[in-house]
Amino acid sequence: MSERSLSVTAMKASLEKIVEQTAAKHATSQGGLLPCLHEIQAELGYIPNDYLESIASAFSLSTAEVHGVVSFYHDFRTSPSAQQSIQICCAEACQASGSRELEAGIAGVLGVEFDETHPTDNYRLERVYCLGNCACGPSVRINNDVYGRVDLATLPQLVSEAVQS
Amino acid sequence: MKTILYISQDTTAVAVGADRVATAFVQAALNAELPYTLVRNGSRGAFGFEPLVEIEINGRGRMAFGSVSVADVTSLVTAIADGEYEHHPNYLGSVDDIDWLVNQTRITFKRCGEGDPTDLATYCALGGYRGLERALTLSPQAIVDEVKDSGLRGRGGAAFPTGIKWQTVLDAQGEQKYIVCNADEGDSGTFADRLLMEADPYQLIEGMTISGLAVGATKGFIYLRSEYPRAQKMLERAIDVAMAEGYLGADLCGSGQQFDLEVRMGAGSYICGEETALLNSLEGKRGVVRAKPPLPAIEGLFGKPTVVNNVLTLASVSSILADGGAEYARHGVDRSKGTMPLQLAGNIKNGGLIEVPFGISLDKVINEWGGGTRSGRPVRAVQVGGPLGAYLSSDQLDVPLTYEALAELGGMLGHGGIVVFDDTVDMAKQAHFAMDFCAKESCGKCTPCRIGAVRGREVLERVVDSTASSNDLILLRDLCETMEQASLCAMGGLTPLPVKSAMDNFPEDFGVTDNQYEVAV
Repeated sequence: MSERSLSVTAMKASLEKIVEQTAAKHATSQGGLLPCLHEIQAELGYIPNDYLESIASAFSLSTAEVHGVVSFYHDFRTSPSAQQSIQICCAEACQASGSRELEAGIAGVLGVEFDETHPTDNYRLERVYCLGNCACGPSVRINNDVYGRVDLATLPQLVSEAVQS
Repeated sequence: MKTILYISQDTTAVAVGADRVATAFVQAALNAELPYTLVRNGSRGAFGFEPLVEIEINGRGRMAFGSVSVADVTSLVTAIADGEYEHHPNYLGSVDDIDWLVNQTRITFKRCGEGDPTDLATYCALGGYRGLERALTLSPQAIVDEVKDSGLRGRGGAAFPTGIKWQTVLDAQGEQKYIVCNADEGDSGTFADRLLMEADPYQLIEGMTISGLAVGATKGFIYLRSEYPRAQKMLERAIDVAMAEGYLGADLCGSGQQFDLEVRMGAGSYICGEETALLNSLEGKRGVVRAKPPLPAIEGLFGKPTVVNNVLTLASVSSILADGGAEYARHGVDRSKGTMPLQLAGNIKNGGLIEVPFGISLDKVINEWGGGTRSGRPVRAVQVGGPLGAYLSSDQLDVPLTYEALAELGGMLGHGGIVVFDDTVDMAKQAHFAMDFCAKESCGKCTPCRIGAVRGREVLERVVDSTASSNDLILLRDLCETMEQASLCAMGGLTPLPVKSAMDNFPEDFGVTDNQYEVAV
């Protein structure tokens, strides 16, 4: 076995261990599946389909049931994603204060389409519906930080400051 | 000289620069050798003035400076050091003299912005935990009666009388009962729950504890949307402190009574704000709506009797118990008792949280508090009550804000969200968005919502593209009626409200004149 495939095997084993330990920890708490999935995603960046079976067995559920839960919620991903995200609020209060213009022009300004990863900078552009900053919209979240009163003129500067290249 | 600086750590304050301003203050104060204490308080909700900086010098009242930017900080620190701050361009006057705040009737939000949100001593010094202390001396029935006397109705939007819900849970048989706080504030234009959780988390914790005593529940969950990480941090810290100080846990204030509390995070699903979908989500399942009956009060979380209330409803209970239900009921009109935290948002100059007695007119809120639109253009449409509320036109703004008056106009007050649009809005696009959002977020359990929203979106796509026929509008009406009558929950049942009100109040945006419309119907 080559060194590379050895390290891949070792990595898979360690991922599996993280998933199993996390699942075992939450399986005893009432309704522990969502906290479990949140924690796995926080650790690994996503919830690998390969491990749904071991999560299911910890919770005495079928793999289909766990898949049903993972696929229901927007927050959960089953494939790796860019490490950073830019989310544009597209709900009513932000629409009223200019998010429709932001939504229409953003690809031209940032060079990335919605639901895609930027070709050079490691972030994904997404829509979000309400960040609770409705009195000072349009709102944009870059990673964990929310910014208010953003428009097409101020966005590029904001992105270049907040996104780690 | 002892100077205390207050700069908010609220999401919106930080979104418009409060953290940067705080950092600049620390540096500027160091340079000017100004001795100070910095308190990162919660926000008062006057978001039009954020970043709001307050200073307190030698214990003499608080002076406020509005819309402070990093560029203002050096001159502001110099002005404070020289005692000349009253001439500073950002100076707003004493906090107690700002009309925007003084003209409100703050009960639930009275402590917000006063101090460090997780400092228990501050909470108690400002009247916190008086409600729980009193509740511990009362029987469960007496607590429920107090809530009934207050006339409090669910602040989450449905406005169901809280005391009656609690009575049902109190009367239900079961060894294990639960208190669930619905903190899945997903409606655009609403942020009162978030503001309260970030600025005064103990009030919610106290209200839930009282609720537990009232119905005999020993365990509570706060189901919080994942978009609110600051609120999560604040609640978890406050719960830890309350636990350590005996305000939560196995022996509440030495009474031998028990109440435990846990925060659970949602995962980006709008429908989980619907109470039965929320319960499924808390149980670790897909957030699919349940048919009612059985009511959650009888068979709720894990099949046990459960109180499900909104953040503001539960928080209000702490002052209702502290000062009595009758005192709370003194405010408001008719069956809309107490105060309503309105949230002024969208295209508005001075948006934010306005807690006032029920009955104030929408026009007054938009123009006197809000100062009109931020764009300076005329108001054309106002959506009241969140994304499932009606779009009102500018000639309906004299409506008094009560549950009953809004219902009479064919709308709803809901959670008190007010989103203002100027005259550049295209109402067909707003109607299209309502259907599109419902199609995206429907849990899929019932057909009218799952299929109806998709068909509604298709019709409205044609309207927006100007390829619709008058038959399309008849079809849309029909779809709306089916969704209203036959959906399992409020999402499918109320999505037609913004759509129909947009068609009724702004027919010109749907490519028909009034006359044609009459013919079409």
